[in-house]
Amino acid sequence: MVSLFEFREGLSVSLRALRANKMRSVLTMIGIAFGIWAVTMMATAIEGVGRAFEKSTSAFGSKVVYIQKFAWASGEEEWWKSRNRRNMKVEYADYILHHATLIDAVAPAVATFKDASFGSRTMIAAFITGTTHYYQEASGTTIAEGRFFSQEESDGGRPVCAIGANVAETLFPNIDPIDQVIKVGGFPYRVLAVFEKQGGMFGAFTSDNRIYIPIRSFMNQFGTRRDVTLNVRVAQSADIEDAKEELRGIMRKVRQLNVGQEDDFRINEQELLNRLFRSITAVIASIGFFITGLALFVGGIGIMNIMYVSVSERTKEIGIRKAIGARRRTILFQFLAESAIICMIGGLIGLLFAFPSSLLLNQVLPTAMPLSVVFVALIVSALVGIVSGFLPAYKAAKMDPVEALRYE
Amino acid sequence: MNNNSVVISLQQIKKIYDMGGVEEVQALRGVSLEIQKNEYVAIMGPSGSGKSTLMNIIGCLDTPTSGLYEFNTVNVSEMNDNQLARVRNKEIGFVFQTFNLLARSDALHNVELPLIYAGVPSVDRKRMAREALEHVGLGDRIHHKPNELSGGQRQRVAVARALVNRPSILLADEPTGNLDSKTGDEIMILFEELHRQGNTIILVTHEEYIAEHAYRIIRIRDGMVESDTPVERRAKVLAAVS
Ligand SMILES: Nc1ncnc2c1ncn2[C@@H]1O[C@H](COP(=O)(O)OP(=O)(O)OP(=O)(O)O)[C@@H](O)[C@H]1O
Ligand SMILES: [Mg+2]
Repeated sequence: MVSLFEFREGLSVSLRALRANKMRSVLTMIGIAFGIWAVTMMATAIEGVGRAFEKSTSAFGSKVVYIQKFAWASGEEEWWKSRNRRNMKVEYADYILHHATLIDAVAPAVATFKDASFGSRTMIAAFITGTTHYYQEASGTTIAEGRFFSQEESDGGRPVCAIGANVAETLFPNIDPIDQVIKVGGFPYRVLAVFEKQGGMFGAFTSDNRIYIPIRSFMNQFGTRRDVTLNVRVAQSADIEDAKEELRGIMRKVRQLNVGQEDDFRINEQELLNRLFRSITAVIASIGFFITGLALFVGGIGIMNIMYVSVSERTKEIGIRKAIGARRRTILFQFLAESAIICMIGGLIGLLFAFPSSLLLNQVLPTAMPLSVVFVALIVSALVGIVSGFLPAYKAAKMDPVEALRYE
Repeated sequence: MNNNSVVISLQQIKKIYDMGGVEEVQALRGVSLEIQKNEYVAIMGPSGSGKSTLMNIIGCLDTPTSGLYEFNTVNVSEMNDNQLARVRNKEIGFVFQTFNLLARSDALHNVELPLIYAGVPSVDRKRMAREALEHVGLGDRIHHKPNELSGGQRQRVAVARALVNRPSILLADEPTGNLDSKTGDEIMILFEELHRQGNTIILVTHEEYIAEHAYRIIRIRDGMVESDTPVERRAKVLAAVS
């Protein structure tokens, strides 16, 4: 190994060399800084997309499954098939609740887009969901203020609603929404509750842009010929697979399917989305890291180039050091330290720029540069330095002392 | 002197530079010699006769094409890089004609360098380097860079660096070649003193008056030893007086 003294000498030599060639070092660092910046931003963005997704899907809750005509993740063929299937019906909800043993709540839900307004303020194409009082239980949403509609209100088709955070912000920038009457698709609805903001980029999945009204009011005002989603909450999350099997049996009975017929419904769950999402982000991430990695690679080539220059410029010095007792590994270390330091400073500069950029990115994605990225970036830049500095350093280390000394 | 005190033993050392194709340069064509502990040897010969080549081999900086070189009875060709580095670092002090100091480092750091590679702790290192510089009369120049020193002072820094690890042998390839005769003499007085302290000294020079400081003169011609003779006492006395 290199002794502590050699180590310190190696570092101080490298630092002196960098100071002696400021311009050159800075230019080389820019390459690395840019590479590290790009890779860091990529990592931060991917992290952000992941977080956005998690936030959005936390609305689903891991105990909730969704019985629908469509599968969430399906091929084109299946999609065409499912288009022709019979619609789901609201009445299934009661039947399931009475026949399934492993579940504790079922809420049917229908949806459409309608403009919502309060006074002069309008929210274009709000996501209107008609459901029952069970919805609160059967979904993972949290109410920030007020209460969800009751069974009486639900069964009676009362003109009441619960609104998402974005809806509240849009329609009620200044006043408390509770007990105000808004217009949904032209019909008056009294606001009972405001949901907690979920955030995330997959707005359609969250409660943020939604207005929930009793399903009966929905049917009366916006039509009955709609496909229904049955939100079913499984009592114990450990039973989820058994519960799905049970629900499948019940649904086959409800849909009056014969033994040979295939299911004309799907039991969807969050896990499906997660899987789909993971496979998509894995592809995006690998392409992204490949492209940004190229930037780093080009930076590394720059380092290698400059290190070759540095080594040949200092051939004489290498000869002197060898003549008075420097070992090969001492010289190797000295030059590796130099390229690693250039790269790490470059990496730090890259991070310095990455931080404000990540704040900018935070405008679109719920992201923060994770601390681990800082460490990884520094380690990666040191590695780039060591890898790209290795050949030049090795060339220096194996120089013949006499020839090196003769170099002018 | 008995056989145990032979520090350098060369047998049929040849150095051939292959210039590609049929051309080759025979820098050394079979040099055999022995040097004992505490000898003071001058190597002389015309330009291109192979003196530097020989010194580099003795100093373990270069390897012969053929022949046996034993340093302190160890076969040098069997040493690995670490062992060679150790010998260069601890056993041999090399003074070059062109000084070969690190231009960007001050005198103190230049002299410290062999100690760094020897693993001497910082405090001792600074003290030893300072003492070595004081010893060559540069106690007041320790923070000067090479380009802030005169030629003679640079050569003395190089001597201090060569001696700081207390090597058993001092090799000097034309140490006064770039100096005027007065500063050359200063270096020679220093060598004289080192020799009295028990160091083994091998010195390459073109100047007869420099060579006469030594106790033995080896003359090289065309890569071979031409003569190997002791120096007459009379010259020694003269040198001591000057
Ligand atoms: N790297 C080399 N490649 C080819 N030939 C070389 C090399 N080094 C030395 N020589 C040749 O070897 C011979 C001896 O060179 P060396 O440097 O030992 O001479 P020298 O006696 O020290 O001369 P000077 O007194 O001029 O310093 C010369 O003919 C020289 O041209
Ligand atoms: Mg020479």
